[in-house]
Amino acid sequence: MIQPTHSSNRILRPVRDWFVWFTMLLAIFLSMIPVGRLPGYPEWVALTLTFWCIREPFKVGMGSAMLIGIVMDVSSASVMGQHSLAYVMLAFTANGLSRRILQFPLPQQALQILPLLLGTQLIMLATRLIVGAEFPGLTYFLESFGAALLWYPLTYLLLLPQYQPHEKDENRPI
Amino acid sequence: MSVVGQQPPPFFNRGPAPLARLAFFIAISLLLLVLDLRFHTLEWARQGIALVVYPLQRLAYAPVEGIQHGGGYLTSLVALKDENDLLRQRQLSTANQLLRQEHLELENQRLRALLDMKLRQPATGQMAEILYSARDHFARRVIIDKGSQQSIAPGQVVVDELGVIGQVTRTFPLLSEVTLITDKDQAVPVQIVRNGLRSVIFGAGAGNLELRFLAANADVQAGDMLVTSGLDGIYLSGLPVAKVTRVDRDTAYAFARILCEPIAGVERNGQVLVLGRHETLPPAPPESETKNRPEKGRKGKKPQ
Repeated sequence: MIQPTHSSNRILRPVRDWFVWFTMLLAIFLSMIPVGRLPGYPEWVALTLTFWCIREPFKVGMGSAMLIGIVMDVSSASVMGQHSLAYVMLAFTANGLSRRILQFPLPQQALQILPLLLGTQLIMLATRLIVGAEFPGLTYFLESFGAALLWYPLTYLLLLPQYQPHEKDENRPI
Repeated sequence: MSVVGQQPPPFFNRGPAPLARLAFFIAISLLLLVLDLRFHTLEWARQGIALVVYPLQRLAYAPVEGIQHGGGYLTSLVALKDENDLLRQRQLSTANQLLRQEHLELENQRLRALLDMKLRQPATGQMAEILYSARDHFARRVIIDKGSQQSIAPGQVVVDELGVIGQVTRTFPLLSEVTLITDKDQAVPVQIVRNGLRSVIFGAGAGNLELRFLAANADVQAGDMLVTSGLDGIYLSGLPVAKVTRVDRDTAYAFARILCEPIAGVERNGQVLVLGRHETLPPAPPESETKNRPEKGRKGKKPQ
């Protein structure tokens, strides 16, 4: 069985817009599952946003990040502008670093994603601490680590539709 | 930092440069922050988006609900029987008070009528269920399953069977947000049962509460019970709030550090009661012009 790998130089099919938005919606949905204060529950939205900002810098950028941020602000009952500010900065950095990050193998990519996600959380933390919220404890930052661990499987999952060949071949699984 | 590592030539124009766009979006975000935190003018937008997001939210809650209900279904018969016995015992032990309460309330009404005082309105309430805690790491809020459609309004007090849990701070059509008393910005006017000393209690993080701004020699002891004082006109008086656990008197500071723990199961999920609006306070006496006016209060309700 031929597995898609990243070391291969296959040319991927172009991504479809609806798929990008569908995965973003799915990430928002996952972030809404009430897990309480489970430490290390990954930040799905930031992760998916980073992925598309790095993979498709011309399709997903700061505008999309702003929109998603506002939805997250409402759904997580936080202050308006908190998520959008952090996500806009995340999208800017991820867009800018996309060519650099993509030339690394996947585990090293995850290592480079981690500071981006941590920075996003730091921005949110700073925003809230300035206006006088309580410090949630260091376990708050575990979310980013949880998300970075998911980078490897997520890349395969989100690129799956683009691996499909143009002509269907009955003898090939993917 | 450009998108592909180099600036696009002018004939492949892709709109404003990334830095310009970044500045634009950051400006919008900061504007949103200020509008929401300072002027509270974005509630309409929040309501709209919340209504659109609501089905997704309910859907996300479904698996958790399923697990809870499934777990309840599989609870063994013995556990249920034990719980039933316990509840019956508790009902019997409180029956004495309950039976007398009606009588006392009637007596109270008569006495108040005799003394020509304003009648106390009976407390009404609405059952609600805590769905989940909001995913905001920086505040302690929970979402309950009743909203403005069930005529829940911001400011209503939420209690469980033991004491005060929090206050409704924001309502959506079908859900509302309750800020717990352990939140840092939530203030509850309280009174010490033992000596009637009045103060305001705040959240102190990690599920604890704190009595701030009480003089170092204030008459507070570990083990004191705190109930709402009812001075604010929002909380009914006499609802249990907290118990003093530790009093640190340091002469270096003007105020004593008094830590308390909530009586109600504030951070546990379950059924709660949203108390109805309670009597309106008599109008405040006219302020004399020469006196210095009291400062404008913060978000919390302070006793006069």
